[in-house]
Amino acid sequence: MKSISIQKYFFLLLEVIVALAILILGYVFLKSWEGSKLFMVIVAIIWGVGSVAILFYVLNSIAETLPRKTRSIVLPVVFAGPALLLLLWFLILPTIRTFSLSFFNDTGRQFIGLTNYGNVFTDGVFWESFRNNIYWLVFGTSGSVGIGLLIAVLADKSRFENIYKALIFLPMAISFVGAGVIWKFIYAYKGEGANIVEIGLLNAIITGLGFKAQAWLQLPFWNNLLLIIIMVWLQTGYAMVILSSAIKGIPSSLIEAAKVDGATEFQVFRHIMIPEIMGTLITVSTTIVIFSLKLFDIVRVMTGGNFGTNVIANEFYLRQFTQGRTGEASALAILLLVAVVPVLLYNLRQFQGRKAFK
Amino acid sequence: MSEPTKFKRKQKLKRTARNVWVNIVLIFITLLWTIPTLGIFVTSFRRSEDIFSSGWWSILPHRDWVKTEELTLSEDIDVDGTFIIEDIEGDFESFREGIVSEDGTQYRWYGNKRTLRVDKFEREWVGFGANLTLSNYRDVLASGKIQFTDGNGRTITRDGSNFYDAVLNSLAVAIPSTVIPILIAAFAAYAFAWMDFPGRKPLFVIVVALLVVPLQIALIPILQDYTSLDLNGSFLGMWLAHTGFGLPLAVYLLFNYISTLPRDIFESAFLDGATPFNIFARLVIPLSVPALASFAIFQFLWVWNDYLIALIFLGDKNRVVTSALAAMVGEKGQDWHLLTSGAFLSMILPLVVFFSLQRFFVRGLMAGSIKG
Repeated sequence: MKSISIQKYFFLLLEVIVALAILILGYVFLKSWEGSKLFMVIVAIIWGVGSVAILFYVLNSIAETLPRKTRSIVLPVVFAGPALLLLLWFLILPTIRTFSLSFFNDTGRQFIGLTNYGNVFTDGVFWESFRNNIYWLVFGTSGSVGIGLLIAVLADKSRFENIYKALIFLPMAISFVGAGVIWKFIYAYKGEGANIVEIGLLNAIITGLGFKAQAWLQLPFWNNLLLIIIMVWLQTGYAMVILSSAIKGIPSSLIEAAKVDGATEFQVFRHIMIPEIMGTLITVSTTIVIFSLKLFDIVRVMTGGNFGTNVIANEFYLRQFTQGRTGEASALAILLLVAVVPVLLYNLRQFQGRKAFK
Repeated sequence: MSEPTKFKRKQKLKRTARNVWVNIVLIFITLLWTIPTLGIFVTSFRRSEDIFSSGWWSILPHRDWVKTEELTLSEDIDVDGTFIIEDIEGDFESFREGIVSEDGTQYRWYGNKRTLRVDKFEREWVGFGANLTLSNYRDVLASGKIQFTDGNGRTITRDGSNFYDAVLNSLAVAIPSTVIPILIAAFAAYAFAWMDFPGRKPLFVIVVALLVVPLQIALIPILQDYTSLDLNGSFLGMWLAHTGFGLPLAVYLLFNYISTLPRDIFESAFLDGATPFNIFARLVIPLSVPALASFAIFQFLWVWNDYLIALIFLGDKNRVVTSALAAMVGEKGQDWHLLTSGAFLSMILPLVVFFSLQRFFVRGLMAGSIKG
């Protein structure tokens, strides 16, 4: 009996040593590597993924040698612990730290109370960004959800449903930066002069119809809408797919019955479909609302926040990373959080209503 | 013809008409949705000087002015007054605009007053013969010096965008940033769903609450941590950040799935003497493949397309494709041939992943959003 147990501990020790060696050697190797990029990338991928697997394996091995009673406490820690630790480090503590930073000056040493919030609120840029965020929220969400719903309802009646859906869904795989380049090419403006050929699609259409070419991204108010169109272009597919599945989940007997009673297509849509998919509609809208509040990349790539198109997330970036105004940037981040609190509460209430724990 | 069949015919006709309308509307919207991507796709294969001088749609057949001849003018011409070229009279301004003669030839001044060149154009059918090239892709992938011609015919020398390295960096960031959170989240989801431990429910409620916390809130403190740990610009830092920010959704989605697995299989395995780790590795993981795959696609697209986290934690070191592309928009905003081919390169991998695994993707989204 005893020799087996000693053997067990010997192997465990060996396991720990090998695991530590892999972790440390891999780290040192990646830090100092100067040769072929491709080779380094392959090593990095294997090391990164492998380390996590090894860590779990070793931790579990240690836990399994413990006596039964201790084990039942330690095992959940091994399983859920890493996730909770990372969440603590990357989301929970930062929220508290950002909150406290928002009451200090930019070096983080001197307590200045609500001064940062005061500065933010008295700054015209904030209100402009705030107003634009409202535009994004209202037009972006209603655009994505509205068009998504329209396509979902119509495609349900078409034989080529899958083709339409795949093509509408395609932009979801494109980054905002990539989308920015794509749309820069649509809004391109070459200026005025002789023999200028517009290479931007929108201006080509406008001039083709006999109107004057425009510098679209500099038109007050309209430029915001034109940027929002990019988000709608990217997000409609998401709304469409989820709404489409919800529509397919409506019992067909319900719709048949209504049609037999003489309801028109629109009446079926208005009085049966909408109430049936209400829950899904709200969830989809919620996701897109959160998304539109955090939005940053499109504005940054397309206008950099100039010409009256700034949004809060971009203003946060500018203050923190180009101007070094940490206090005010933190205050902006906290305001973003405050803006999503209603969504958070709604989410939690929905979750509480579920019987997730059996 | 009897009344009922007539009625049926009418109904059928009505339905066909309706179907036609439905498809027309759908085709219209789908075209609107596809044209932007199509435009960039076509542009990425056009020569740089063509991109500047005509829209990408000009590769479709259309009637256009085609240059037939170049006329070099004599030095003694009065560029400030009116002059005559091949029986056509006009001044510099009107020749720059282009003058059309009676036989349908257009005379157009090339460049500024000193160039002393006039080009003759005739209207012809053009298109499909467009010069398409792969050199844009070569240029954008290159790391050394590249040369190309701009819209005014000048040869420009630039540093290549080094996209090849950026693609490799993106892979080095995206693959571990996809697999690591899945592993960690799957273990945690299993613990939350099937292990009994104090604080299980409140801890999970916190995870759900974290779903909506905006990423911006974490950036400043994490950057401070990374600076003191010397993790800035490293892949490890990126993996940790993407894992941390991706975990709430991962744990939530996987919990939704794993908690619905039937209890019996765990119990019988447990009675056979399997440890929780064995059950997890041999039963839970294989049974959860659809959920794991769907989250993997979600997370991969998100990480590959991420710009903010890469911008802040990687900086210019180990640039990923989104950063490289964004930098090109800033530095070389007018080099359309590089921008479009770069943008298209950045889209290829996510599109492949996306279309090959689309079915999983939809199911994965559903697990999180519908049930929630």
